[in-house]
Amino acid sequence: MSSPENRLRAIVVDDEELARHALRELLRAHPEIEVIAECANGFEAVKAVSEMAPDLLFLDIQMPKLDGFEVLELLNPGPAVIFVTAYDQYAMRAFEVHAVDYLLKPVSASRLATAIRQAHDRIGKPLPPALELASAARPPSEYLERLAVRDGTRVHIIPIAKLDYAEAQDDYVALHSGGKQFLKQQTISSLESALDPARFVRIHRSYLVNLERVVKIEPYTKDSRVVVLTDGAQLPVSRAGYTRLQDLLEGKG
Amino acid sequence: MHPILARRERLVIYLLVWVVIGVLLEALLMTAGHTGWLETLSLVAPLCVIYALFCLAAWYPVAAIPIEGMDVVPRALVAHLTAALLLSIVWTALGAGLAYLLGQARYFSGFYTRFRAQVPLLLGAGVLLYLLSVVLHYALVAFEASRQAEKREDEARVLARDAELKALKAQVNPHFLFNSLNSISALTSVDPSRAREMCILLSEFLRTTLGLGEKAAIPLEEELSLIRSFLAVEKVRFGARLCVEEAIAPECLSLFVPPLLLQPLVENAVGHGIGNLLEGGVIRLEARIEGDRLVIVVANSYDPDSVRSHRNGLGLANVRNRIQMRYGSIGALHVRTADDRFEVEIAIPAETEAL
Repeated sequence: MSSPENRLRAIVVDDEELARHALRELLRAHPEIEVIAECANGFEAVKAVSEMAPDLLFLDIQMPKLDGFEVLELLNPGPAVIFVTAYDQYAMRAFEVHAVDYLLKPVSASRLATAIRQAHDRIGKPLPPALELASAARPPSEYLERLAVRDGTRVHIIPIAKLDYAEAQDDYVALHSGGKQFLKQQTISSLESALDPARFVRIHRSYLVNLERVVKIEPYTKDSRVVVLTDGAQLPVSRAGYTRLQDLLEGKG
Repeated sequence: MHPILARRERLVIYLLVWVVIGVLLEALLMTAGHTGWLETLSLVAPLCVIYALFCLAAWYPVAAIPIEGMDVVPRALVAHLTAALLLSIVWTALGAGLAYLLGQARYFSGFYTRFRAQVPLLLGAGVLLYLLSVVLHYALVAFEASRQAEKREDEARVLARDAELKALKAQVNPHFLFNSLNSISALTSVDPSRAREMCILLSEFLRTTLGLGEKAAIPLEEELSLIRSFLAVEKVRFGARLCVEEAIAPECLSLFVPPLLLQPLVENAVGHGIGNLLEGGVIRLEARIEGDRLVIVVANSYDPDSVRSHRNGLGLANVRNRIQMRYGSIGALHVRTADDRFEVEIAIPAETEAL
């Protein structure tokens, strides 16, 4: 247990100025917390965290372009995180399941005090599993609509419709979009499960392809095939992948 | 329930009809049997009272054999004809008995002999009257059934509207509510008078939303004032990120629209449009009259890459359904997207009174 003198450097992330203000004001009652920055969106948050290495992050969930879960996903390893949300039944359930600390707006002083006490113990510990958390917080039957990739302090957002295919590379996936390639720390299976199975097919152990990009399937060797994509790229198709691809293409009529 | 006995006014009319029948029967018997008016009346009056009761009993076979298709018609005919014949025979026999008793009186002596000439006539009248009563009862049953169907339909319509409005009320977005409360909580120390102002705006919005439940239609002006209080609350949250433009033709203000028709669209414009933009954007409200139609446009800036803004949220689907249900093919809702502008256009009949 840390003593109160043990100061914590914290960043407050919320796209609403008043919400940041309210939290800052409540934090005044906790002299051990020093707010070193305020961020108005996820991009600023990723940048600020990598530059300032805070101990604690107060992270709003609903933010434009890059939400709280996506920020968490891009911050590994990172500071201890306390989520802040107004109302989101799925997110709240996800937090309970993964024992993640969160505050509800409007934030009460006593609830904040409890969260800060617990945060002391979380510092230096691994972050909650961002991808699992995000998928648990998605309403049922909804799929991922964009991917966030970090490149140093820069963040790229790839809308799912612009993802051509993904390729497994050890613990990473290489996301191919419009001729560019982005590396993301995620397994291809976890990516596959977050995407709409009617739009993305696992054609091979290492490849996940956007069905809209598939132009044709061609024989390659005696018992293997390749798909040709709109940009001319060729990807190997496994036997199981070929079955899945056929099912989907026939299902589409 | 007996369709005549159960209603006092129908029973009165029925009995009045029987007075007329009695008069006709009196005239008929006097002419056919050359009987005196007083002796005939002494017979006809009690006979009419008795047969009026007999004919009311037609309800029971009618209720037992509902005409639901042509295949029951023969069965019904046989049943009702048999009943008519039997009742008529009983009735005529009663008449004969009465005539015999009347004939005993010195004043009416020989009446029974004169009466015997009238038996076929009475028998025929009995059958005919009973059959008429059967027809009357069938007609009443059909009338009642159609009225009940109408009532059921009305009830169903009322229930559907209730359900719809309940759904709408439940739609007051909890996210909006809690975020607004959070803004108020922040304002209490920074700017207490604005906090109070926002409390009032929020209360106004909630009160209006809840109060609109009972109305089928409200003037556009009222809907707009609801939207303005909603946007005023959201403006406190979003600050400079939310700009609102209006181009409302003044002649539209008094036209009637279903309550809370535009509110979900404006909520989407804020949540899915402005809320997804780092720098925010503009929400534009337009209303004008084109011919006999009221055209309303809710447009907003949006991020084309954010799929969530494309999605026809629940709110949009709901509005589309309501327009479809209320106006059928004369109402329309179109969604248009161009670059970074998302636009919903509604065209509904320009109604100058609440229908």
